[in-house]
Amino acid sequence: MSALSATDEHATPTRAKAIQPAWVRAVHWTNAVAMVVMIMSGWQIYNASPLFGFTFSRSITLGGWLGGALLWHFAAMWLLMVNGLIYLTVGLATGRFRRKLLPITPEGVISDARAALTGKLSHDDLTRYNHVQKLLYAGVIVIGILVVLSGLALWKPVQLQWLTALFGGYEAARYVHFFCMAGIVAFMVVHVALALLVPKSLRAMIIGR
Amino acid sequence: MGRMRKLLIPGVDKDLLARDAAKAMPDVTRRRFITGGASLGALTLLTGCDVTDSFSAEEMLKQVSKFNDGVQAWMFNPNAMAPTFPESAITKPFPFNAYYSLDEAPEIDGNAWKLEVRGLVDNKKPWTLQELYQLPQVKQVTRHICVEGWSAIGSWTGTPLRDFLKLVGADTTAKYVWFQCADKDGYNSPLDMPTALHAQTQMTFRFGDEILPRAYGFPMKIRVPTKLGFKNPKYVMSMEVTNDYKGGFWEDQGYNSFSGS
Repeated sequence: MSALSATDEHATPTRAKAIQPAWVRAVHWTNAVAMVVMIMSGWQIYNASPLFGFTFSRSITLGGWLGGALLWHFAAMWLLMVNGLIYLTVGLATGRFRRKLLPITPEGVISDARAALTGKLSHDDLTRYNHVQKLLYAGVIVIGILVVLSGLALWKPVQLQWLTALFGGYEAARYVHFFCMAGIVAFMVVHVALALLVPKSLRAMIIGR
Repeated sequence: MGRMRKLLIPGVDKDLLARDAAKAMPDVTRRRFITGGASLGALTLLTGCDVTDSFSAEEMLKQVSKFNDGVQAWMFNPNAMAPTFPESAITKPFPFNAYYSLDEAPEIDGNAWKLEVRGLVDNKKPWTLQELYQLPQVKQVTRHICVEGWSAIGSWTGTPLRDFLKLVGADTTAKYVWFQCADKDGYNSPLDMPTALHAQTQMTFRFGDEILPRAYGFPMKIRVPTKLGFKNPKYVMSMEVTNDYKGGFWEDQGYNSFSGS
């Protein structure tokens, strides 16, 4: 991280240190593309054998039919997994996760949530996440790991049967995979809405400052 | 970022470059690409098959699918057995599933039927059903997982395919066993040799305690619990041991060819 942001500073010496370093921005947008492809193709796959009494409109699915959706899903999974591994590795190695996401306390979450709902939450320092952000970001990382692991459990219920068993078997893993997707979509709705409400946070994720 | 901007093809006007790139796209795509904008618009474009073609995304996806065949062949452990279940776990009724209705399922006369054996084998003698029934059989209660996502547990009894391949003197260093079936429109499917030699891969003659019913592939299906359901051919007419990839009914339409579990 430090190496990358140093390069950044070198290129633009007059500017302040980036709020979002280049590596974070790169993995963030790569993840955004991979996630959207995975979710839209996943909805088409879901439609082939729905778990619940509804299907997803074809206008928001990817692939056209089951076979096409599977091709997208099993292609974008590599992008999602490799990018996710880079994110987790660099995040842990540089101490970014510890620095940015910890500690998360129940009191902090409650008081920050109250402040947010009454419009009193400050966004002056974008380099510091409030407790609600910390909770959501840490939570979606955990769900992201679970969605990949449950996906692998569905893809390889024989070769990785220990993993499938961890999720309670093949059929249970389908539900885990679905609810992880639902959690990620819920996160995305809140995340995108808030990014639009605080446009400078979106700008920071695009140009770094 | 600043340095990136400078390095992006020095001396080339970015706007001209974008216009040239757009020119290379087919008409409809170009119009929609330009009007839709590059981000959200481009993503919605990808949902349509025709547009997928024009991006040549289809070719890219095929290549990744081939790569995934390789990854799965590498992951395949010949000693890993598909989990087995008690009889009480059997799904009742076990679903009939095909690209046609049950009335359209092949009706095969078991007395006239003969299994053809072709390709890289020593003995190409066709086998009658009565001859096949004489071979040692084993029962398995395993989970059938459909490419659509649903699964069902069934009880299958028959002869391990690897025993039969040995019996007919098949070249087990060949790449595939290719099955041809009696389904309408001609069903066929290739099975990679390591999977064909897996202990649980079975020439199935019985479902539960009955002779394999018409719904599940009478007179013979190939049960492959390490593969998705569509790689478990029913109504099998012939098998060919071959080094050539001869394609398959669903594989040719885009389902991943290895489709291992």
